[in-house]
Amino acid sequence: MHWTLMVAALAVLVAGGVGCKKKPANPFPDSNAVAGWQKSSETRTYAAKDLWQYIDGDSEQYIQAGVISTTTSDYKFQGQLEAVVDVYTMGDAAGAKKILETGQSSDAKPLQIGDAGIVYAQSIVFRKGPSLVRIVSYESTPTSAQALQALAHGVEAKL
Amino acid sequence: MNKMNNRRDFLKTAATGAVLLGSQSKLGLAAMLDQPGQHAAGASKVVVARDPQLHGSDGQLDEKRVQALLDRAIHSYTGIERPAEAWKHIVPAGKTIGLKVNGLGGKGISSHLALVLAICERLQQAGVKPGNIIVWDRNARDIEACGLTINTDPAKIRVFGSDVSGYEDQQSSFGSARIKLSKILTHECEMVIGVPILKDHSGAGVTFAMKNMYGVVDRPQDLHAGGCNPGVADLNCIQTVREKVRFTIGDAMSSVYNGGPGFRPEFLWHPNALIVGEDRVAIDHTAWQIIEKQRAEKGMPTLEAAGRPPRYITTAADATHQLGTNDPNRIHLLEV
Repeated sequence: MHWTLMVAALAVLVAGGVGCKKKPANPFPDSNAVAGWQKSSETRTYAAKDLWQYIDGDSEQYIQAGVISTTTSDYKFQGQLEAVVDVYTMGDAAGAKKILETGQSSDAKPLQIGDAGIVYAQSIVFRKGPSLVRIVSYESTPTSAQALQALAHGVEAKL
Repeated sequence: MNKMNNRRDFLKTAATGAVLLGSQSKLGLAAMLDQPGQHAAGASKVVVARDPQLHGSDGQLDEKRVQALLDRAIHSYTGIERPAEAWKHIVPAGKTIGLKVNGLGGKGISSHLALVLAICERLQQAGVKPGNIIVWDRNARDIEACGLTINTDPAKIRVFGSDVSGYEDQQSSFGSARIKLSKILTHECEMVIGVPILKDHSGAGVTFAMKNMYGVVDRPQDLHAGGCNPGVADLNCIQTVREKVRFTIGDAMSSVYNGGPGFRPEFLWHPNALIVGEDRVAIDHTAWQIIEKQRAEKGMPTLEAAGRPPRYITTAADATHQLGTNDPNRIHLLEV
């Protein structure tokens, strides 16, 4: 009886993931989790050493800021507006801050999201803890700015 | 120099021209096709063809205008009005021609499909069989970013990446570059036309004709040190790259003047131009000036002041590399 209880307790612990390495959170909203947005590709993941495969020489600034991994997925809004969501997981919040504050254009506007964010006509960049999120749409439509903000909040809620 | 009487004469002379003109022109096209007095002998011809109406007020590309812009660029470069005839002076008969596009920046800032289709159309009119045209880049993702669909059917225009062909087992080298070349370049193509897209580059300063060759090697990340200098110049000096990549039709219809090489819509602008020529150094020098002009208009610092001048352009022109000229006095710039 004693052994039976121990085995059962162990099984519960394993099933609950206790003692296992915590699985990274999935920051990508499922289709229709944010109204009108469909997740239109699989999630792709790049370790820091492979980031060049995705963004070529641009990877250097992320590596210098301590990027650990990058995940990305495509989205479509109402079947038309296409966007890409990149989530850079940095070593710490300072790394995410460094990237956010680098290379802003003069028409950047602050956006209340996460720890800090900026918004342009076709893109949103924000940080939350060690995560740096960049959402870019390929065109500008009358509804794109509002739609992008909704998607950004959907991602932020999952971080 | 007078125009050639026919393609055979042209090719024969071109072969000689490559020797005579050395680094500046492999085909010797520019020098041979010039009208007398058009520019100083030995200068590298670069054509910048523009159409201010290429993008509408909504920012959408008017694809119907791209073919006409391409024709105007090639006409200006060759001096030959009929497109099919002009193209016969650019591509050798019966050869497999590769179009090395650039889709790394994703959908927003990749070589435009309309331009690729326009080039393919003219190549076929010049007698190149569809199956002898290969549109290629690193991998399926980059190709699809250009709006292209993978096709390996040899009866049609072939479109695939180095992820399909693989890379050579043996390394090629020049200077700092020790790389394995794509088998599309080494095995499939007999001549390559570069179809890069003009972008600012966070490391190299500018990416265009020569930097586009990073997409033909297995480990481009190994060539990024020092602002890609001397990596870009060394890579372009590798014999196969130097000899096969003989013409550039640079896509400057859209560009990013900062934040590249990825798509940063806040820095997107539409130069509405094609930049055409043989001398890859002269083309990159010209493209760099276009980016600098836009940065100045936007109140941004020069690339030098930003700490990332494209030094590889100077290196590519030096005595070790001799890939072309970056001397404005030796670049015959034709803006049409």
